[in-house]
Amino acid sequence: MSRQYVIRRLLIAVPSLFGISIILFSVLALAPGDPFSEIAANPAIPPEVAASLRAKFGLDDPVYLRYLHWLAAMIHGDWGFSFASRIDVDRLIMQRLPTTIIVIGAAQLLAILVALPVGVLAGTRPYSIFDQIANTLAFVGFSLPTFFTGLLLILLFSVKLDWLPIVYSTDLSSTGWQWLWDEVKQSIMPVLVLGLFQGASLVRYVRSAVLDVVRLDYITTARSKGIGERAVISRHVVRTALIPVVTLVALQMPAVFGGAIVTEQIFRVPGIGSLLISAMLSNDTPVIMAVTFVLSCLVVLFNLIADILYGWLDPRISYR
Amino acid sequence: MASAVILLLIVLAVLIGPYVWRVPINEIDFASKLDGPSWTHPLGTDDLGQDILARLLYGGRISLAVGLCAMLVAAIVGVMVGAIAGMSRGGIDAALMWLADLFLSLPQLPLLLLISYLFRDALTKLIGTQGGIFLIVVLVIGGLRWMQVARLVRAQILSIREKEFIEAARALGASSIRQVVRHILPNALGPVIVAGTIDVANAIIAESTLSFLGLGFPPDIPTWGRVLFDAKDTIDIAPHWAIFAGSAIFLTVLTINFIGDGLRDALDPRRVL
Amino acid sequence: MAETLLEIRGLKTWFKTDDGMVRAVDGVDLHIDRGETVGVVGESGCGKTVTARSVLKLIDMPPGRFEDGSILWRGRDLIPLAADEMDKIRAREIAIVFQEPMTSLNPVYTVGDQIAEVLRQHQQLNRKQAIDAAVEMLRLVNIPNPGKRVHDYPHQFSGGMRQRVMIAMALSCKPKLLIADEPTTALDVTIQAQILELMQEMKEKLGMSIMLITHAMGVVAETCQRVVVMYAGKVVEEAPVEALFGNPRHPYTQGLIRSIPRVDRAAEQKQRLEAIAGTVPSLLEPPPGCRFAARCKFAMDVCTKAMPPLKEVGPGHFVRCVL
Repeated sequence: MSRQYVIRRLLIAVPSLFGISIILFSVLALAPGDPFSEIAANPAIPPEVAASLRAKFGLDDPVYLRYLHWLAAMIHGDWGFSFASRIDVDRLIMQRLPTTIIVIGAAQLLAILVALPVGVLAGTRPYSIFDQIANTLAFVGFSLPTFFTGLLLILLFSVKLDWLPIVYSTDLSSTGWQWLWDEVKQSIMPVLVLGLFQGASLVRYVRSAVLDVVRLDYITTARSKGIGERAVISRHVVRTALIPVVTLVALQMPAVFGGAIVTEQIFRVPGIGSLLISAMLSNDTPVIMAVTFVLSCLVVLFNLIADILYGWLDPRISYR
Repeated sequence: MASAVILLLIVLAVLIGPYVWRVPINEIDFASKLDGPSWTHPLGTDDLGQDILARLLYGGRISLAVGLCAMLVAAIVGVMVGAIAGMSRGGIDAALMWLADLFLSLPQLPLLLLISYLFRDALTKLIGTQGGIFLIVVLVIGGLRWMQVARLVRAQILSIREKEFIEAARALGASSIRQVVRHILPNALGPVIVAGTIDVANAIIAESTLSFLGLGFPPDIPTWGRVLFDAKDTIDIAPHWAIFAGSAIFLTVLTINFIGDGLRDALDPRRVL
Repeated sequence: MAETLLEIRGLKTWFKTDDGMVRAVDGVDLHIDRGETVGVVGESGCGKTVTARSVLKLIDMPPGRFEDGSILWRGRDLIPLAADEMDKIRAREIAIVFQEPMTSLNPVYTVGDQIAEVLRQHQQLNRKQAIDAAVEMLRLVNIPNPGKRVHDYPHQFSGGMRQRVMIAMALSCKPKLLIADEPTTALDVTIQAQILELMQEMKEKLGMSIMLITHAMGVVAETCQRVVVMYAGKVVEEAPVEALFGNPRHPYTQGLIRSIPRVDRAAEQKQRLEAIAGTVPSLLEPPPGCRFAARCKFAMDVCTKAMPPLKEVGPGHFVRCVL
């Protein structure tokens, strides 16, 4: 895959970032009222901090200057001060970000591990019993809102069976293998909820991609080489069907973050999703802006990763 | 299909239900709080003794209305943008498509939360809490879904343009544009309808999610998400409350999804024998 | 005495569709001996491609099925053969080249990898050996700079080159029979000639037989020793090439030959291009009698009543006609 291709995609990502930041900032600027009224009202905030916040967000300057100030601040990582948590916003976010990424990552992994084989099997045996069951389960899966599934799982595993803890705790007192086991036990439900939801829609996409590929000429060619049906499927069908699927997984990331916000709320996982919610409930504007900005950056990042993966998987693209 | 029937039942129930089942949605009755299903309260009661069935029927209207309106917003904006992009060439088309790509990168829920947070108070003062939230949810959700519709419409226009262009060269200038529009809309309708059903389902889930996080409609409006929000804290002693509310959302979304899928199969058959 | 490699007897490959059973191949007999090129001609939809793919059992079996008949390869019936046994025959003993070079190669693997895949399946080679062998195959089919090109992707080749790659891939295990399904139809005329020449060269080098499927009579005249004419799922004439062109007995064959544009005559005599009137009958409910009867100028009452049997009218010359 050519270096030019990667650089080109990077260059395209930058304006996207600008675009998103402009949209976010416009939303903030258009908002009526003073989102920083809390600052003035809150006696716990020292006046210097309040003043610097106002300066940073340039609340007294014309719009474009405010945008540039804000953008510069965002890029420098100077995200302000959270009045609810009383620490710098960037520290706060850095504390919580890893948890979110781990949960989302594990969920996506679970989704892929389940959806790939099921989807391939369903696609290679369309309209069979397996396919029909898989399809129905997939529909059920992505029609169940994550908060409902989460609640149901809590009801079943925590309340009725008491196998898993309800509350996620960041400082587990155990060590070693016990720590790992405790960690798994408390993460399993949020990961399961997110992962199965994602997996459900992924199954249908994999199946559809497989159905598209399996009828193509080069698959018949592959069969005519006498390599066996299993090799035809794994080496040829899956490999080429993977291309649209991979891009889809990366492009679905925005939605996954939404799902993560909900799961973190239900299971009280201390990630940036629940941070966003609590910030909204306590009118902690700098945190809200920063979290939204971080989430948008992550989205652009994943779009970039999707582009690069696509170029890596499909040689026709990157050699142009 | 079975889904259509079930969905019709749900819609009917929500529209006519409150007239038939005349139990008020906010009759507080602490004596019978958190009761399971019974004859007087077929779906049980919540923590204030309010009848769950009545609340779900009432709230369903709002949830469905939100879904429908958001879909309409997405469809209208999408058709307009797609039509403009497809009819004009070069600069405008490229700019609009770049904008669509940009919007596709925006994460829906965080943005919904952000806008609701920033604008809620002001809109509430203008048109009341219900109206305010309704407007925000519908505009934001619809505003983040127009891209797919725009793409579909634009693709249709582009493909037809190639064909009709030759004839258009022969016919009068003005009438060709009208002809193109008249030919496109029926053709594009298919995929747009399918996208529309997905949008309705998506909007219902988005509104429910917002309400579930406690950041949607005010507490006295029992949208399904809100009911679940209220129900989640007592799920160990009164599971029926959460289960009924969640199932309402689930069934509605499920049937819409099935219908959308059926429509897609009917309009674009991919027959694998 | 020529050894018969492939013998198709009474093959019926049918397809189940929503509208009924499509009888794509409805009782076909065909044989190919060692070292000969047999042309299978007919218009689109006559069943020649289905016959070719049936030999290697490359038909999708849910809609398709072998209703009847046998396909004998060196005495062994392929139809009841299990999948893993069939895989030993594919590419190693019988290979196939398809019509569309643009879509017949997997776009995500290099040309070398795709050729190597066949080699490694049927011979005990490691990757390096297989790639080296692939380079040799590319050289054999006259692809310039094969050492470098072996690492290129299919989209980096032109149509004609891709077809050469397909041929290289098909011949890499030195099969005894090459089935070429309209190998040049999708290519420019000049490239066509090159590909045909290449196939001839390979045939001589490897002592192969070729089953050449085409609808171009001119190609058949140049390259084949024997010709089989198919129509609507059945064989209507079979003859050595000189006999077929010199003395075509079936009205359909006569029509085919007459419809070849003639550069020499037409210009002087201003002859019209002759076409065969009418269209191919539906393969869903084939008429009970001769299937060509509706379009045949010589059709008689008896033609529509019963299917005429194949009768021998000369040495190795068979016709399915009452004339």
